[in-house]
Amino acid sequence: MTYPSWSIEEATRVLSALKNVQGPVLIALQAVQERFGYVHEDAVALIAETFNVSRADVHGVLTYYHDLRTSPAPARCIQICVAEACQAVGSRELVAAVEKKLGKKIDETHTDVEIKSAYCFGNCALSPAAMVNGELVGRATVEKVTA
Amino acid sequence: MSTIIYVPNDSAAISIGADQVAALIAQEAVKRSLDIEIIRNGTRGALWLETLVEVVTPQGRIAYGPVQPEDVSSLFDADFVHGGAHRLALGLTDQIAWFAGQDRVTYKRVGLIDPLSLKDYESHGGLVGLRKAITQSGSDIVAEVTASGLRGRGGAGFPAGIKWKTVLDAPADQKYVCCNADEGDSGTFADRILIEADPFTLIEGMAIAAVAVGATQGFVYLRSEYPTAIRRLRDAISIAQSAGLLGSSVLGSKHAFNLEVRVGAGSYVCGEETAMLESLEGKRGVIRSKPPLPAIAGLFGKPTIINNVLTLASVPAVIADGAAAYAARGTGRSLGTQVFQLAGNIARGGIIETAFGITLETLVNTFGGGTLSGKPLRAIQIGGPLGAYFNSSQLGVSMDYESLAAAGGMLGHGGVVLFDDSVDLAQQAKFAMEFCALESCGKCTPCRLGSTRGAETIEKIISGVDVPANKLLLLDLCEVMTDGSLCAMGGLTPLPVKSAMNNFPEDFTGGAKK
Ligand SMILES: Cc1cc2nc3c(=O)[nH]c(=O)nc-3n(C[C@H](O)[C@H](O)[C@H](O)COP(=O)(O)O)c2cc1C
Ligand code: SF4
Ligand code: FES
Repeated sequence: MTYPSWSIEEATRVLSALKNVQGPVLIALQAVQERFGYVHEDAVALIAETFNVSRADVHGVLTYYHDLRTSPAPARCIQICVAEACQAVGSRELVAAVEKKLGKKIDETHTDVEIKSAYCFGNCALSPAAMVNGELVGRATVEKVTA
Repeated sequence: MSTIIYVPNDSAAISIGADQVAALIAQEAVKRSLDIEIIRNGTRGALWLETLVEVVTPQGRIAYGPVQPEDVSSLFDADFVHGGAHRLALGLTDQIAWFAGQDRVTYKRVGLIDPLSLKDYESHGGLVGLRKAITQSGSDIVAEVTASGLRGRGGAGFPAGIKWKTVLDAPADQKYVCCNADEGDSGTFADRILIEADPFTLIEGMAIAAVAVGATQGFVYLRSEYPTAIRRLRDAISIAQSAGLLGSSVLGSKHAFNLEVRVGAGSYVCGEETAMLESLEGKRGVIRSKPPLPAIAGLFGKPTIINNVLTLASVPAVIADGAAAYAARGTGRSLGTQVFQLAGNIARGGIIETAFGITLETLVNTFGGGTLSGKPLRAIQIGGPLGAYFNSSQLGVSMDYESLAAAGGMLGHGGVVLFDDSVDLAQQAKFAMEFCALESCGKCTPCRLGSTRGAETIEKIISGVDVPANKLLLLDLCEVMTDGSLCAMGGLTPLPVKSAMNNFPEDFTGGAKK
């Protein structure tokens, strides 16, 4: 996935659409991440200013949620479900095999390809499940998720 | 007239090729000059048969599955467009034992219709409940829901009508209806499928709740892991707005109700209702202490109904067909139907809606067909990551709130996850503690730190270090977590851990499993 590089003007434009939202901080962070692939450090002050909340509050929300990231999104993101229904059909082995094939560890930060653990995609009857760049993969195999 | 062919657009079906199957059917029909119309329905819930292709014939819908992209041309060769014989032919869909043995109430329309066709929705009984509700008083609607015995399907099983009554009776200038669609439990997907396959049912259920208590704004808190459901529900909401089902006058009545989807951000604990409220307010998803109850002071401090997707989606049927029809199903204080989800190492996984009181045995073997691997079934986790692990001698348990509690477990959101004999329950117990450590909101020490200690202790047991002493320590820790946690995250993590120890003692003797 490719995203435009961070720009305060563009971020301001993104946030201006959220002026009337009640309880806007999380939505603002999500909107910034959707636009740029991550939350740039300058976004914290911008959101705080735009919505008249403290920087500490914005920072607190940013660090709380697993989805929000502060480093640029990788070109390819392979999320593998490591929850119970997927464990039951070999997600632990799948993770090990994908790590081996790509020479990367799960949950490390990279710019080319990242392997990330996820906890259930609601595809537990066709497990193991993975999501590759936003596309759900059922009965996941090393071949399918690294294709 | 063109022949109608159904190909599901459910995200699980798509994850194993439904879109390719649909595209190939369309291409092949053009090539062979056949007049067909493809309708993308939701899944009928038999995920083991996906991609399940259905052809409408004068006899009814005839099923073929599981269809792989490479099967499509042979299906045409066999004249499946007219119900022709084929290796994948399953006969009339309704007569497939797996479907015929179910009692679909909440899931009545799921998989039968085009999810975004309001016309289909109405022709299959949609909007009957809401039309009735707008002519009734709030207290009549609430009384009906109470009389139906409907209990919360999100995990705690609290009677829906009692919660609604509290909100109805709370005076306020603004009230809210919030739908909990966080569905964080592993092994569960019934909320997702309902939203993808029949979103108007959820919208109708929320509108009835709003009309009943006088709420004018609703939110659906939907997890980010479900992108297809998010898109579909947003589409359905805008269709419902254009059709006057939502907006300043619900179906022309004096009631206003607007609805918005808010997307989660990857936090399991945000499925707990007060953490969900914090998250909806844009804050860290930390648990609030109760009281006040959300029904009195919930979202932005206002009286708020919070219900799970399945709870709200059951309401249209309760109102349309009456409380008595709903309460006639089930057993004891577990009335109505439950949408069970069969998952994990299972041959025939998917959605089974039946009255409460079916045995685990029937679910797992008759419907589920045992393990996918064909190896012996060893463990079943019921009710998500905070649910108990049962062993294969416990299959006689009746699937209802009380019986499961008596057997040392809980129903939770109705997920049933199978494991074959390669599972190591000490590893599963350790995972339960690790998951708690990862997802803890951090407010209580036993949950935040106890879970990490717990995982370390189980690791010691696995490695054979001071096994008897560490088992005692682990049980102690479990007790502290149960007693000293504000919510069920820390409070119920001991359930999978202790049930694993009790029901699989042989896995906690130290020394890695063979
Ligand atoms: C850690 C935790 C996670 C929860 N996750 C969910 C969830 O994903 N979906 C849900 O409906 N309820 C969840 N619940 C239960 C909710 O707190 C609440 O009981 C429920 O939304 C109320 O709706 P109901 O009465 O219709 O079940 C969770 C509870 C806890 C403690
Ligand atoms: S038990 Fe855990 S998740 Fe629940 S309030 Fe306490 S710290 Fe937070
Ligand atoms: S547990 Fe892996 S998709 Fe649900």
